[in-house]
Amino acid sequence: MSITTFKELKDAVITQNKTIWELTQEEEGVNSDLPVKEVRAEVLHHIKTMRETIKTGMASTEKSISGWCGDDCDKLIKRYTNNRALFGKLFEKIITYSLATSEENLRMGRIVACPTAGSCGIVPGVLIAYSEEYNLSDDEQINFLITAGKIGSIISNKVQLAGAVAGCQAECGVASAMCAGALAQTMGGDINIILNAVALAMKNLLGLTCDPVCGLVEVPCIKRNPILSIHSVSAVELAMAGIESKIPVDEVIDAMRQTGQLMSPMLKESSLAGLATTKTGLKLKEKLVQQ
Amino acid sequence: MNNKTLFDVISPIMVGPSSSHTAGAIRLGLMARNIYSRPIKKVEFTLYNSFAQTGFGHGTQKGLFAGILGHSVSDIEIKNIFDLVKNVEYSFNYAEDLSRHPNSVDIIINDEMKISGNSIGAGEIKITEINGFSVSISGNYHTILLMYKDKPGMISTVSNIIQSQNINIASLHCDRNEKGGTASMYIALDVPASDTIIHLISDIDDVYYTTQIRKLDL
Repeated sequence: MSITTFKELKDAVITQNKTIWELTQEEEGVNSDLPVKEVRAEVLHHIKTMRETIKTGMASTEKSISGWCGDDCDKLIKRYTNNRALFGKLFEKIITYSLATSEENLRMGRIVACPTAGSCGIVPGVLIAYSEEYNLSDDEQINFLITAGKIGSIISNKVQLAGAVAGCQAECGVASAMCAGALAQTMGGDINIILNAVALAMKNLLGLTCDPVCGLVEVPCIKRNPILSIHSVSAVELAMAGIESKIPVDEVIDAMRQTGQLMSPMLKESSLAGLATTKTGLKLKEKLVQQ
Repeated sequence: MNNKTLFDVISPIMVGPSSSHTAGAIRLGLMARNIYSRPIKKVEFTLYNSFAQTGFGHGTQKGLFAGILGHSVSDIEIKNIFDLVKNVEYSFNYAEDLSRHPNSVDIIINDEMKISGNSIGAGEIKITEINGFSVSISGNYHTILLMYKDKPGMISTVSNIIQSQNINIASLHCDRNEKGGTASMYIALDVPASDTIIHLISDIDDVYYTTQIRKLDL
């Protein structure tokens, strides 16, 4: 029986005395008919791709097809050549890597959708930055990404991970929740801490709309990635202190699904409202159509 | 709802920027290529609705064309595909048809086969029509497609051949243009069918056309 709710996940972790990533890699091995070793090798391949994306993205200032974006990561790198980030090296690396990834996505570079292309910068930003600053082994990084993937898959049992279905809470919101749980796990948090980190990250992004200008994965998607990667770290810091989400994580996901259903279709990837139809948003669209 | 697996969530590895408008477009092209399965000299695309309106900024046209040429969803050459390929003729048309899926395309290959499909989200696709016959092919299974004269007994004849090779059928669907007219059948399999199976099926009386559509790698 596969695990479909966080409650079931918690029960399995406790009764079988295994970690989330142990349970998940076994389950994935059965699903895909592969030995666990190969599942882990495939996950490592994804992590290596994430690193390559960051490297390529940091080195590029190429604009997107629309011409709107593409040189912001370079600005960030220049800032950090002469200034220290407010919260130190880890903060600097997280937002730089996250932005590098989402910029690489918009210029048709190679990325890992995690869980979607529009939210592809959040998990790699935190995973790779933390790995470098805390010298994580390959195995620890694999455990991180498997844990993140399991959290996303449990959420996707209740809510389809698509802006058109539930708004950006189901894309960048879920990426942030996946990342929070995985980081809490990596920092030694027990199952309660992990699930609270997920709940706290998710809870504070409920109602996040998907209103991209001209329907492109650019405005506001690109800058939302670095900002929400830091959001996920804040949730972890609270959870690691033993601070609990009063609403249990499964109920937070229920609320998210309901919020997604109640959200107007105009705010779900249709670009019919919100930022997309602001004066400037419409002007950008008009210019692009003329091209 | 099917449970999402680990790799449904932390995948695909793809070129950006959009799983539906870029990766889905590439996969639609790849699937059309697999269905046609002969050399392609000319291709005409008609993009509908959101594909037509926002395709440019998402590289949808590049993705569709690259897929037709066999490039995978993670191939970074895709962004320069129109500069790299000169020996295949291509054209793009744009239309609005609200009765169709928001991300929908018609692909006409070598003026002889018309394939329609939708990008249904998260890189997943569905081929909906081949030469006027409605189908529903996801690319997640190896699929046998055949066209034949509509008559009794065809389903059991075909399924017996597949069963005789000990292959499990995941699903089987039929459609026909009129009673006794031309019918189509597509059969999703857990493992690819051997050439023997394809030959045996194409040798059945009144089978006009048989092909195996390879599952997409991703």
